[in-house]
Amino acid sequence: MSQKKDPAILSNATRLTGAEILWATLEGEGVREVFGYPGGAILPAYDALRKFPIRHILVRHEQGAVHMADGYARASGKVGVAIATSGPGATNMVTGIANAMLDSIPVLCITGQVSSKVLGSDAFQEVDITGITLPVTKHNYLVTRAEDIAPVLREAMLIARSGRPGPVLVDITKDAQQATADFDFAAAAPQPHRPHPMLRAESEEVLKAAALIRNAKRPVILSGHGVIRSGAREQVIALAERMQIPVASTLLGLGGFPASHPLSLGMMGMHGEAWVNQAIQQADLLIACGMRFDDRVTGSLATFAVNAKKIHIEIDPAEINKNVRIDVALIGDLAEVLEAVLPHLSGRKSSAWVREVNAMKGECAVRDIQKLPDTGHLYAAHVMYDLWNATEGKAIVATDVGQHQMWEAQYYKHEEPRTLITSGGLGTMGFALPAGIGAKVAQPDKEVWIIAGDGGFQMTAAELSTIAQENLDVNIAVVNNGYLGMVRQWQEFFYDKNYESSPILSPDYVKLAEAHGIPGATVRTRAEVLPAVKAARERKGPFLINFLVEKEDSVYPMIPAGSALHEMIRRPNHNPLVETAQDA
Amino acid sequence: MLHTFVALVEDKPGVLTRVASLFRRLNINIVSLTVGRSEKPGTSRMTIVAEASPTAGHRIMASLYKLENVLQVDDIGLHSSVSRELALIKVAATPKTRSHIFELAEVFRARIVDLAPESLMIEITGVESKIEGLLQVLNESEDCILEVSRTGRMVMRRGEHTSRVLDAMRVPEPESETGADAAVRAVIEEPSKLPQ
Repeated sequence: MSQKKDPAILSNATRLTGAEILWATLEGEGVREVFGYPGGAILPAYDALRKFPIRHILVRHEQGAVHMADGYARASGKVGVAIATSGPGATNMVTGIANAMLDSIPVLCITGQVSSKVLGSDAFQEVDITGITLPVTKHNYLVTRAEDIAPVLREAMLIARSGRPGPVLVDITKDAQQATADFDFAAAAPQPHRPHPMLRAESEEVLKAAALIRNAKRPVILSGHGVIRSGAREQVIALAERMQIPVASTLLGLGGFPASHPLSLGMMGMHGEAWVNQAIQQADLLIACGMRFDDRVTGSLATFAVNAKKIHIEIDPAEINKNVRIDVALIGDLAEVLEAVLPHLSGRKSSAWVREVNAMKGECAVRDIQKLPDTGHLYAAHVMYDLWNATEGKAIVATDVGQHQMWEAQYYKHEEPRTLITSGGLGTMGFALPAGIGAKVAQPDKEVWIIAGDGGFQMTAAELSTIAQENLDVNIAVVNNGYLGMVRQWQEFFYDKNYESSPILSPDYVKLAEAHGIPGATVRTRAEVLPAVKAARERKGPFLINFLVEKEDSVYPMIPAGSALHEMIRRPNHNPLVETAQDA
Repeated sequence: MLHTFVALVEDKPGVLTRVASLFRRLNINIVSLTVGRSEKPGTSRMTIVAEASPTAGHRIMASLYKLENVLQVDDIGLHSSVSRELALIKVAATPKTRSHIFELAEVFRARIVDLAPESLMIEITGVESKIEGLLQVLNESEDCILEVSRTGRMVMRRGEHTSRVLDAMRVPEPESETGADAAVRAVIEEPSKLPQ
């Protein structure tokens, strides 16, 4: 790093190559870390990198670079930056870009492109990446001139983080990187962000919403990802406390509202706890805060909260009335809208509805699996619960997709925003390992746990090598049940237990980690969980734990796709994680 | 139902693809799409006609606005507007059969713009129903239509314009509709005495 001088070129116009302009612009935008993989068409940029105080994390696959930038953005709130070469480097990014798009994550992807002179000629490693990524980016650019690099990158950063955030891709031809141009950071400033012209939270609508909230007997707040992105935690807490409204969270909303808060219900939807979905079904008012009524949240739309009026507070007008008919739409930044609503609410001391919901929770809300007898079986729920206990709920947890993701959401109680990093909309297996790396780079002082199933872990396991090369202090938990667990669960419930292609062989993960110079341990029983977690936490540097859990456990409750929220598959009685009668 | 949107977009490569791709992604069929330069340098005006459910208009408009190159969108179905389409129709015609086509063209206020030994070309401008009316009459009179090229619907709001681009340029809004405007409108109204 010492050879990297801090260039004064930001302050006054200088003649630079396009490659230098690229880094100087990123530096000016406050970027200090990028995730990438070099190659022919982006080599001029890599050649110039040494002159700039930007840390480059070499990934093992470009999909990993985008997931890392994504995890970085989720953990920090800043724009994550990924960089790759043309052709296969660019196409490898597509899954990561789509993942960021579906979850509204601000990511900037920079790709090299063949020289502008040969564009469209099927040159070596040429691919039309702006065409390919058009439907999965918020916006994208093809840059063919050095003088366009600074303004385009600055505009791309602004687009990525403003309004409803999302990924932006900038494809830069090799000749644009090699050519020289005048660089003037200030002059390259983009036009100010133009808010979506259909944002609308007029006082009349605000009053209508406030009246609905005041008159509601059985209101529920649906707290989504927007609470975190907008920084509206305080306002949501104020609304819930002042009007005594229970709060249900979406998967991506977890951490937005503190899990330990007495009004917190937990996660709603397909694998939400019974009392959460029951409360939603029985509600007379839903206050949707920065969420989009995904099918995994609503179940069958025809039967979703039929007796409830709906207030939708959302920054994207295209989400209004998309899935669920809305009574009052307040379209704008969540924190700002709530600030406008709150003065019209005087408050209420107690609520029979909250007592009713709490009764529905019953014993289940404090389900203490710690006290269950150790039957010699290790359940993934045990792992999540013990991990939560050991880390006091304070770690950043990156999860993959599938059963372990749902168990984590149920048993790891997130108190703070940006502590759960998970792939919600796209459901991208292989996300956890690279996203956890990105989160650790963004928050080096925070404890980071990467939790993945044996299926998803193997999709991006090559990034273990990235962890080793960067010596990142992350802890990895592989929840290993020998199956693509969620697929197996669906096959059990809906395909007559025809376990076609869902059993999956794993390597010895501890040996695999050791091959990368990363120590590890295998855990087979409940008693071994906490000591292994302790070992991992105490070690400076990465550590992997291979949790060999019950093979054919399922995530309960479960609402089959397309069923009503209250029609759930309950945990069978012979299972040791028994629920109380009230929950059944 | 048919929705008609008028969008003011940046005149840049790929913008048409972005707009078209949006409709494809929403699984909505574009019935017609016309694009051309607008009154402001660097911007094009598109008229998009799409078949979608009656409630889809809001979402299409909101989604169009999410495209970075789209400056302004108007859902024309909600407003009084003038709609025009231009069509070129090539009809098989010999010197013997020409004359009745000339008559038809006269009735429809269409023009004959090309004459060849075995065919002629008609240019017709008007609302879609007028063009369809001519095509129908040609078919029913057993004239052989050889080629049809239609521009698709172009639409502009009547009177008051709402272009935010113009607002930004501080071009004053025209005064609201007066009796004189209404009189002018009556004059330019499409003649409704078309043959059925």
